[in-house]
Amino acid sequence: MTKFTKILAGLLAMAVAGGAIAAGADLGKTAKQATNWTAIVMFGIFVGGTLFITKWAASQTKTAADFYTGGGGITGFQNGLAIAGDYMSAASFLGISGLVFANGFDGLIFSIGWLVGWPVITFLMAERLRNLGKFTFADVASYRFAQTPVRIFAASASLVIVAFYMIAQMVGAGQLIKVLFGMDYLYAEILVGTVMMMYVLFGGMTATTWVQIIKACMLLAGATFMAVSVLLQFGFSPEALFLKATEVHAKKDALMSPGALIKDPVSAISVGMALMFGTAGLPHILMRFFTVPNAKEARKSVAWATTWIGYFYILTFIIGFGAITNLVTNPTDFYVGGELAKGLKGGGNMAAVHLAKAVGGDLFLGFISAVAFATILAVVAGLTLSGASAVSHDLYASVFNKGCSSEQELRVSKITTVCLGILAVVLGIAFEKENVAYMVMLAFVIACSSNFPVLFMSVLWKNCTTRGAVVGGFVGLASAVILTIGSASVWEAVMLNPKGSAWFPYNSAAIFSMTAAFVTIWLVSILDNSAQAQKERALYPAQQLRSETGLGASGASGH
Amino acid sequence: MQNVLDRITANPKFLEFVAMRSRYSIIMAIISASAYYGFILLVAFNKEFLATKMGPGMTTSIGVPIGVGVIAFTILLTWIYVRRANTEFDAINESLIKEAQK
Repeated sequence: MTKFTKILAGLLAMAVAGGAIAAGADLGKTAKQATNWTAIVMFGIFVGGTLFITKWAASQTKTAADFYTGGGGITGFQNGLAIAGDYMSAASFLGISGLVFANGFDGLIFSIGWLVGWPVITFLMAERLRNLGKFTFADVASYRFAQTPVRIFAASASLVIVAFYMIAQMVGAGQLIKVLFGMDYLYAEILVGTVMMMYVLFGGMTATTWVQIIKACMLLAGATFMAVSVLLQFGFSPEALFLKATEVHAKKDALMSPGALIKDPVSAISVGMALMFGTAGLPHILMRFFTVPNAKEARKSVAWATTWIGYFYILTFIIGFGAITNLVTNPTDFYVGGELAKGLKGGGNMAAVHLAKAVGGDLFLGFISAVAFATILAVVAGLTLSGASAVSHDLYASVFNKGCSSEQELRVSKITTVCLGILAVVLGIAFEKENVAYMVMLAFVIACSSNFPVLFMSVLWKNCTTRGAVVGGFVGLASAVILTIGSASVWEAVMLNPKGSAWFPYNSAAIFSMTAAFVTIWLVSILDNSAQAQKERALYPAQQLRSETGLGASGASGH
Repeated sequence: MQNVLDRITANPKFLEFVAMRSRYSIIMAIISASAYYGFILLVAFNKEFLATKMGPGMTTSIGVPIGVGVIAFTILLTWIYVRRANTEFDAINESLIKEAQK
């Protein structure tokens, strides 16, 4: 099937709302499993419950402010859980525990990388974002600049980031659901797209936040249960757990030491930079800072988010090792054909799912499967909302139709939500057979090379000008994409050029593209002596006053 | 309102406060980045150290408590900053605003 016919098939299927179309040929990377009714029922309960919340949220969502920020009435603790929910995707739960299952210690190195962005946000960005912003991070970046160019840049960068992040999530969703629920890829995509669209369309930020909070609680509870069950088997002695794991795993003692994950120091530092600063440039994370009433709550949100995410990563480490001791010793139940050499049923990322069955039986397996699916749903909803606000708030209301009413803006965000939902399903279907492993990393590299430098310099550097921010931001965006295309993970793994032909030798472009963005912003800004630039520099003290003290900050939005 | 803004901006205590708080957050950011990059550099250059056993006859390598320690340290650092910002810094902030409104 070509990509085009796949897209057509997808559109056709959507038109009849998931009717009985036998178009989804099942040749993906994961094999479809038998239909898992427990998981489907549990997931059904989750969807039913969250749609009920959406119905309530819909009655609260009347203005554009409600849609974007849920009226600003969310507490720091709640928002912290929601941020953690946005960040703990199915990829990080299944991917990292799978990595620990396969390589042991290396999985821990990886998960630490995903945590280090949070202190940076806390120390440098959280309160300034809250004090200057209203609905989107572009409000902050464009505070004293010319609106049109900065908003166009911010919306483009956000949409590119959202697109890559979304494709990775949608493809992951389809593959996962095929394994967990025994459902066709095509229907899985349509299901995710439809339910997610209902959350965002009717419930806006209020519903999206509550879906995220519920899912975060379910995920943390489920993961805690698994980790405690594993530790219980070993009398709460990690040493006994590690001993048993090194006895049964093929890698033996190498499990406990760093392996080949980090090849050269430049890549290590570059990947670290992408994770560290990229987090502070992800539009769906940044927009969560506008849902709380003030800077105090914004700071609390990140502290809670950091706590939950860190705790979660420690759990995944235990879960990975628990999977080794429980699954490797029982190949009949968990391995293809009962043979260790043939790998786990459903692939290496299924370690946590199989462990759920080993420690909690079919019922708990159903629960964890439902949680994994709910996770994707919630993350995709958050991405869609941030994409929709980039279009309606930054492009429509600030560039194309200045002075439009709140109703008009709300209508545009809803139309955009539907378009993005359809696009997500179409892209998910189009990329089914493609290798999308690089896409989340690319989203982070783009975020740290475009949104983050522009945000950072506009808020903290007096001499930054519109010209500098926009040119520098686009330079960062372009170099991030171009260099990533030249790296082995795209040039060789996706574009199928011969091995060794990749012309960019490192794993991540961040160290170069982020530097390029900062240098360009600096250089273009100091060379900019236009009247506009002088005016923008003169506006800095007022901006600084508001960003530092919160005086004049947009209050609980939607008051 | 404009008067209040002007008075705060003109207050040397305000600039001093902003400089102090920025310095504090940058130092905290540098500490957390050093913890992370210190760990990554160990991974890149001294794998043997991280693979060292915790004690004779033990399986647990020293890398495990170090790695978990980096996570715990990151969380701790965040809370230290937030606690200080939400009490001490916010109090100074409010008194500066009040002073200007007099």
